[in-house]
Amino acid sequence: MADTLNGAAGLVSVPALLHRNAMKFGSAPAYREKEFGIWQSWTWEQTCEEVEALALGLLDMGVNEGDFIAVIGRNRPYLYWSMMAAQMVGAIPVPLYQDAAAEEMAYTMGHCGARFVIAGDQEQVDKVLDIQDGLDTFEAMIYLDPRGLRKYDHTHLTQYSAVQDAGRAKRATLEPEMKARIAKQNYDSICVMLYTSGTTGKPKGVVLSNRNVIETSKSSSEFDDLRQSDDILAYLPMAWVGDFIFSVGQALWTGFCTNCPESADTMQLDLREIGPTYYFAPPRVFETQLTNVMIRMEDASKSKRRLFDYFMGIARNVGPSILDGKPVSLLDRIKYNLGELMIYGPLKNTLGFSRVRVGYTAGEAIGPEIFDFYRSLGINLKQLYGQTEATVFITAQPDGEVRSDTVGVTCPGVELKIEDNGEVYYRSPGVFVEYYKNAESTADTKDAEGWVATGDAGFIEEGTGHLRIIDRAKDVGKTASGALFAPKYVENKLKFFPNILETVVFGNDRAQCTAFINIDLTAVGNWAERNNIAYASYQELAGHPDVLSTIQSHVEEVNASVAQDEMLSDCQVHRFVVLHKQLDADDGELTRTLKVRRRIIEEKFSDIIDALYDGSTEISTTTEVTYEDGRKGAISATLEIREAAVVAVAAKLAAE
Amino acid sequence: MLDQADGYLTADGRQIGPVVMEMQNITLRFGGVEAIKDISFDIREGEVRAIIGPNGAGKSSMLNVISGFYVPQEGQVLYKGVPRPQMRPYQVARQGIARTFQNIALFEGMSVLDNVMTGRLTHMKTGMFAQAFWKGRAEKEETENREVAEKIIDFLEIQAIRKTPVSRLPYGLKKRVELARALAAEPELLLLDEPMAGMNVEEKEDMSRFILSMNDEFGTTIALIEHDMGVVMDLSDRVVVMDYGKKIGDGTPDEVRNNQAVIDAYLGVSHD
Repeated sequence: MADTLNGAAGLVSVPALLHRNAMKFGSAPAYREKEFGIWQSWTWEQTCEEVEALALGLLDMGVNEGDFIAVIGRNRPYLYWSMMAAQMVGAIPVPLYQDAAAEEMAYTMGHCGARFVIAGDQEQVDKVLDIQDGLDTFEAMIYLDPRGLRKYDHTHLTQYSAVQDAGRAKRATLEPEMKARIAKQNYDSICVMLYTSGTTGKPKGVVLSNRNVIETSKSSSEFDDLRQSDDILAYLPMAWVGDFIFSVGQALWTGFCTNCPESADTMQLDLREIGPTYYFAPPRVFETQLTNVMIRMEDASKSKRRLFDYFMGIARNVGPSILDGKPVSLLDRIKYNLGELMIYGPLKNTLGFSRVRVGYTAGEAIGPEIFDFYRSLGINLKQLYGQTEATVFITAQPDGEVRSDTVGVTCPGVELKIEDNGEVYYRSPGVFVEYYKNAESTADTKDAEGWVATGDAGFIEEGTGHLRIIDRAKDVGKTASGALFAPKYVENKLKFFPNILETVVFGNDRAQCTAFINIDLTAVGNWAERNNIAYASYQELAGHPDVLSTIQSHVEEVNASVAQDEMLSDCQVHRFVVLHKQLDADDGELTRTLKVRRRIIEEKFSDIIDALYDGSTEISTTTEVTYEDGRKGAISATLEIREAAVVAVAAKLAAE
Repeated sequence: MLDQADGYLTADGRQIGPVVMEMQNITLRFGGVEAIKDISFDIREGEVRAIIGPNGAGKSSMLNVISGFYVPQEGQVLYKGVPRPQMRPYQVARQGIARTFQNIALFEGMSVLDNVMTGRLTHMKTGMFAQAFWKGRAEKEETENREVAEKIIDFLEIQAIRKTPVSRLPYGLKKRVELARALAAEPELLLLDEPMAGMNVEEKEDMSRFILSMNDEFGTTIALIEHDMGVVMDLSDRVVVMDYGKKIGDGTPDEVRNNQAVIDAYLGVSHD
C-alpha cells in the first residue's frame, strides 16, 4: 500500500492523505476536543487508527461503495472521523445541519437516499427516528453520545464505539476489502456531498470530487502559507462547505490541528484557550464580539476608558499600515507598541486572537468600522469570496492588499469573467461535479466550458484587479422610476449600526424603498438598561418609541450616505418598521447560514409590506412562529410605521 | 401492582426495586402545631416519588423528616429496613442521601466547579493538611473527584459556567448548579425540594429532562416535592398527596388525578 502513498501523485483521496499524515506527522496532534474540562487530543497516528476502526465497523455493517452516509451533529472529532471513515469504504459522507428541523432533514435525507446515519446525540437520533417512516432507503443509525439512549430499541441503532470495536475485532477479515476500496479511489471519485443552504427553494446537493477538495485545499493552503503547526477552532456547522474545507481538506493537506469546542456555549472560552492561528468567522461573529467589547468598556472605570480610547485612536491611525508593512513614523511605532502592551495585547488575548496569523471573514459584507477595528489591533483579518459550488475559494485578499470594500483577487487557479448583466462567472479546479439528481439545475449553473454563474452581481476594479460584489444578481432590480435597486447595498449600510441586527429592504418595481428592521437585543438591551427603560420581551423593546427614534436616526444617516452614490440614490428608505420578532431560520425566514430569504419574507409579512406602502401609521399583525422543538405558536403585535427623512438628490433636481 | 414485595414494573417498563425508605405513622409537631399527622408511605429503589400538596400542606417538613433534619415525635423512619437514629446532616450524607433546597443554598462566592466539588466531600478521605499542601494521596484524590464532578457538569450542560462565581448566575442556572452539587455526592436517594419553583416553562422542561435522565442514567432514586401538579404527574412513578399535614392520596399519577380528595384539596373546599 505504501507505494501508492509516496509522492504527491498518490495523494488523490482523503484516506490517502490521512495515511500520509499518520506516517509523516504521526505524533503531532491532529484533533483536540475539550471534554470534561480538559483538552483531549489525538495524534495523526491515533486518528488514523480510530478512522480505520470505524471504517472496518462500517464494512461490518454492510456499507457498500457509493452509499450515502448522513452525518449530523455538532463539531466533534468523532464526526469528522465518520466522514473520513465513510470515504475509506467508498461511501459518500453527507454532513447535515444539526439545527435543521426534522422535516428539513427528511427532505435532504430522502433526496440523497442515505442508507446510514451517524448522529451526535439523542436529539439528532430522535429527529431521524421521527422521520424514518418516510425514508425508504434508511437502514441503520450509529450514535455517538449514549446519554438517554440506553432504553431505545437497538435493532437499527448502534453506539459509535461498538461499531469501532466490531471493526477492530474483525480487522483481519475486513482489512483487505477496505484497502481494495481505498485503492479504487481516484481524483475524480466523489469526496463529499454538501447541501446548499437554499436561499431560494429546496436545498441542492452539491457533489464535490477528490480533485475539487484536494486541489482547492492545496492552493488555498499555499496562498496563505498554512503550516503543519497551525491550529484552528472548528465551530461552524459541519454541513457548511467552509468547515469541510478548513477542518478536513486543509487540515489533511497541511496536517494542522483541528480543535473542537466543548459545547456551543463555551465556544468563546475555548477560543481563548486554544488561541487559533488560522481563524474563520462570518461578519456577524465579529460584530457581536465588537459590540460586547464596547458594552464592557462602558462598564469600565473612567481611567481605563480614557486609556482605551487613546490607544484605540492610535491603533486606528497606524495599526492597519503597520500590519500591511507600510512606512510609519518611529514615534507612532513606539506609541503603538506601548498600546500593544497595555491594550491591544490583553484585548486580543481576551478575544482569543493573540495568535491569529490568518483570519478570514466571508458570507456577507462586513462593516468598515468593524473590519478596521480588528485590523488596527494587529489581527490579520481578510475577506474572501466563495461558494459551495466552487469548493469555497473564488477570490481572497492577499496579505498587504486588504480592504473592507472588496473581496480580493482571484485565488490560484481561478478564472473570473463578468457577463454583460453584471453577473460574476468563474472557472476553477474547485468547480463542483454536479447537483445530485438535478441535471437541470446543474446545466443552468455550469456551462459546457466549466464556467459557473455565481448569482452575484459585481465588477472587477480597474488597476487593482480586486472583485467587488454589489448584490445577488436576482435581487438587483429597478424601482418604478427605473433607477437601480440593490437592496443588499442599503441593508449592509444599515447593519453596520450595532443596534441593527438584520434588515430587509423592499423597493423592486415600487415608487420608493421601505425596510423591515430587526434590533440587536444585546446592544439595544444594554442601552435600555443604562437608560432605565424596562422591558419584558423582545417585542416590547422593539416597539419602544425611543428605540424607534434611534433606529430612525440610523436610517436617516444611511439615507444621507446612500444619496452620495449617484447610481443608487433612489434606494433611500422612505418608511420602515421594526419587526416584533427576530427573523429566524426555524421559521424559514433565514437560511441555516443566516441569510435572508426575501421571497419567503415578502410572502409571510405581506400585510406589513402593504401597510408600508399604503401610508398607514400602524399595522396589527399576527405571525406564526416555530419553536426549536418544532411546535408552532403565534404572536400578534401592533407595529408603528415610521417615516424617515430622505435626502433630495441634487443632480436629479437640477435635471428636472 | 403495588403489593409485590420486591417492587413493580412502571408504565414505561422500568423495574422498580424494593423499599429503600419507609415512613411509619409519622407525626411531627412544632409546639402546638401539628405539621404532619400520622403519615405512612414508602420510597422504592429506582423510582421517582413525588410529594405534592398545596402551600402549607407540610411537604417541606416531610422532606426534612426524610432527610433526617427533623425528628418526628411519633412514628419512625426505616432506611433500608433499619430504624434510623437521630443523625447529624453529614451522617445522613454519608448514608447516601443528598438534597437540594427550596431557597437555593450554594456558596455564592465560589465558582460553579468548586460548588460541585463540595458535593464530593463525603468521598474524600485525606485530611485538611494533606489537601492544603496537595501532597501524596490528596492530589490523586482530587483528580479522581474532579473527574466525577466534570462528568456531572457535562451531564447537566453547565460547562460554559464552570468557572463563573455562583453569585453571577441567574436563578434557573443556580438551581441546576445545586442539583449538580447534590448529584456529585453520587447519592442513592436524592431529595429535591421544589426543583421547579420560580422557573419558566422552558426551564421546567429542562429540569424535568435532567431529573428523568438522572434516574435513568445513574439509577438514582428520587423523591421530590413540588406544587406544580402538571410537571409532577408527567415525571413521577408514584405520588403522595398531602393537605393540612394529612395524607389524602397515594398512588400512580392517574390514580391520584382521579382521587376526589385530591381534586378537592387543589380546587378548594372548606375544611372544618
